[in-house]
Amino acid sequence: MAGARKKNVLPGFGLTLGFSLLYLSLLVLIPLSALFFRAASLSWADFVAAVASPRALAAYELSFGASLAAALVNAFFGLIVAWVLVRYRFPGRELVDAFVDLPFALPTAVAGITLTTLLAKNGWLGRLLEPLGIQAAYTPLGVAIALTFIGLPFVVRSVQPVLEELEAEAEEAAASLGAGRLSIFRRVLFPAVWPALVTGAALAFARSLGEYGSVVFISGNMPLRTEIVPLLIVTKLEQYDYAGATAVAAVMLVASFAILLGINALQAVGRRRMAGAG
Amino acid sequence: MSIEVQKLWKRFGDFTALRDVSLHVEPGELVALLGPSGSGKTTLLRLIAGLEYPDAGSVSFDGEDATERSARDRRVGFVFQHYALFRHMNVFENVAFGLRVQDRARRPSEAQIQARVHELLDLVQLEGLARRMPTQLSGGQRQRVALARALAVQPRVLLLDEPFGALDARVRRELRRWLRKLHDELGITSLFVTHDQEEALELADRVVVVNEGRIEQVGTPDEVYRRPTTPFVFGFLGEANWLATTVEGRKATVGFRPDDLELSLGPLEGHAFPARVRRVHSFGPRAKLELVAANGDAIQADVPAERVRSLSLSPGAEVYAAPRELQVYFDDVQSGT
Amino acid sequence: MIAAAAQIPVATSASAPRVRAALQDPPLLRAGLIAVALGFLALFLLLPLVAVFTEALSAGLGAYWAAISDPIARAAIELTLVVAGISVPANAVFGIAAAWAITRFDFPGKSILVSLIDLPFAVSPVISGLIFVLLFGAQGVFGPWLLAHDVKIIFAVPGIVLATTFITFPFVARELIPLMEEQGSEEEEAAISLGASGWQMFRRVTLPNIRVGLLYGIVLLNARAMGEFGAVSVVSGHIRGLTNTIPLHVEILYNEYQSAAAFAVATLLALLALVTLVAKRVLEWRIRQESQP
Repeated sequence: MAGARKKNVLPGFGLTLGFSLLYLSLLVLIPLSALFFRAASLSWADFVAAVASPRALAAYELSFGASLAAALVNAFFGLIVAWVLVRYRFPGRELVDAFVDLPFALPTAVAGITLTTLLAKNGWLGRLLEPLGIQAAYTPLGVAIALTFIGLPFVVRSVQPVLEELEAEAEEAAASLGAGRLSIFRRVLFPAVWPALVTGAALAFARSLGEYGSVVFISGNMPLRTEIVPLLIVTKLEQYDYAGATAVAAVMLVASFAILLGINALQAVGRRRMAGAG
Repeated sequence: MSIEVQKLWKRFGDFTALRDVSLHVEPGELVALLGPSGSGKTTLLRLIAGLEYPDAGSVSFDGEDATERSARDRRVGFVFQHYALFRHMNVFENVAFGLRVQDRARRPSEAQIQARVHELLDLVQLEGLARRMPTQLSGGQRQRVALARALAVQPRVLLLDEPFGALDARVRRELRRWLRKLHDELGITSLFVTHDQEEALELADRVVVVNEGRIEQVGTPDEVYRRPTTPFVFGFLGEANWLATTVEGRKATVGFRPDDLELSLGPLEGHAFPARVRRVHSFGPRAKLELVAANGDAIQADVPAERVRSLSLSPGAEVYAAPRELQVYFDDVQSGT
Repeated sequence: MIAAAAQIPVATSASAPRVRAALQDPPLLRAGLIAVALGFLALFLLLPLVAVFTEALSAGLGAYWAAISDPIARAAIELTLVVAGISVPANAVFGIAAAWAITRFDFPGKSILVSLIDLPFAVSPVISGLIFVLLFGAQGVFGPWLLAHDVKIIFAVPGIVLATTFITFPFVARELIPLMEEQGSEEEEAAISLGASGWQMFRRVTLPNIRVGLLYGIVLLNARAMGEFGAVSVVSGHIRGLTNTIPLHVEILYNEYQSAAAFAVATLLALLALVTLVAKRVLEWRIRQESQP
């Protein structure tokens, strides 16, 4: 028996795979590995000095904290928005649904200057907050608000398909067994939606961590107070501290990859649940 | 054009779809590849078409080895199970496709393409639907477009993968007869895959029974139905009853069909065996009975209702059943192809 | 006259109304949730969008036109169009090639390739710019060589193109892979069996089938390519009139306290966003239509 013949019926395998791998290597793999090589070339002491300086630590705290806050806010309101869009009918629903994608489509710089203008002391919103003693612009609060804008679509778009796929039968069965509305929500609906909700919030979180354009205007960029990690990297670059910038960037990349892996795992769990529940 | 397949092997990962399969198809024949799901019949068809390549073995047309040739170069017409019509083209463009992609040198003129396509649409009785899109057609209509499309390039061989599988029973029967007529008219060597034994027996000149990657038997419909060489073929081509017994001193399994059973109250024939009636189900002119043999085996009988009445058969009654025809398969014989 | 079929009576037991009630949210709750949802969206989405246009026109229509037709603004617009004009087709071609290889063939490492395609999504825009600075900047890997040959990548247009292409790399591939997976390869096999060459099959069968998904991916790609800020900010050097895209130009105007002018230019991007949203909706609807029969 001769060895297996490996011809393909459809054409173009070599061409498309070769081109894809070449393009991927040149554009993505080589540049990314340049980062890691550069970071690795630092002495351990230098690396730690850059990555664990008080300024860097403050930046991590701000980026992490504000992203988390934004993700939580989006989780709560995003669920409501998704619920309302999927389950209720009202005039303009289609329009509102399309509009939810605005943060995806609007360039971050535009979002940045607009939110800053709105939240500044004499802005439409800033004016309302000032008497309450709340200052939004140039504070961590402003950063969190900007990140909420950025992450808004993630939760909504994650939860919507799950809500749409939910079969009425489970609810009907629970109702016929005597469950009230709140009970049904708690025991039937929320558990089904929960993985998608967490996935959406995690995606929003990951996006917020690396966000630059919409935050850099509103934060005021004061080191140790309102400096986010991406800005820290930019500042170091502008000072030609390539090494420091690379070190911090490497830490950030590793964190992002870890979160992405976590999200993939979450999605796998979600998929298994959907498959098992049928 | 004749087809010659020699010692084909095909594996998908760990699964062996075809084992050492050889087959010869005469020019102009209409041959059925019959077998259950997963038996390898579609794989065999696709190997002949060039839509898969074998791990070992050869495919030849008119004696010429075509194993290395691409599907494009084999001039084989293939009709897919789910039609695979080009969803963005109307019926006319679908049928014209094969003509339009020919090399400049051989490509027919626009006028010729028009003529040929309309000729084919007439042939498959879809004249007037040339401008429709595939989504606007019924299953049976789509099937005929797929057929016309395959015929447009004047293939030397026509291969059909479960051509009527996705259609409802009535449409299936009509199209079956129509396909036979078409084949007789055109005379193209044709091979079709089916899991429906009624379809294979009704349509084909010869039937190839396939099971688990091997050919069990090749023969005319009559041959495979009346003289099945293996228990599998017997069981697959019709309803079967089995009895384990000893014949001429050797252990064997005997198969006979429910409608070949002669029922009587006394042992009229030598090989009649006693059984008790468990259930009687009459419908119109026929009756189906469930019998239990002495050793506890269940036997299905399919007899004229008249017989049931004249023997006054009801649950609990004792009868003698004698098969008019039976097949003996000795346990110690390796059933070969 | 045959009467209409009698209405099947709902179970008359006392539990029926309660079951019905348990399946529907009480009207008050419904109204409340809608109000909360719309309020949230109005605050976070509508308000900023309106503000862009209000601020842009706050110095009058004349100032608005002046800001947009200013030569430096026009240079920014041109640069944005050039960058998009390169990165969009490049990534579209990649997307088609990768989707073809991934969905039509089996090969070891396929799932790794699919994960790698998503990589740029996990990378912060600033880092996306940083990596090219590390490669091609003055102190970068190729820095000395580029200097010796008088080739400028960082702080010049090529750098911006590279960074933008990196950022928008996954868009078309991510759209096409599930689409082509779902469509299956039967039509293409049919085309081959009918005598089509590889290119004929691609042009006549594959492309028409993926057209809508491709457009969708391109629309998203384009929006991102034109609007990218962080990555471009790092590699561009902010050289007025030369290496400023529209978003960077907005930043410069804003930082120079030319607020109205900044917002005026920003309206171009806001309008692009709105057009993108509309196109996205229309194409989504087309995609759903096509996958129905």
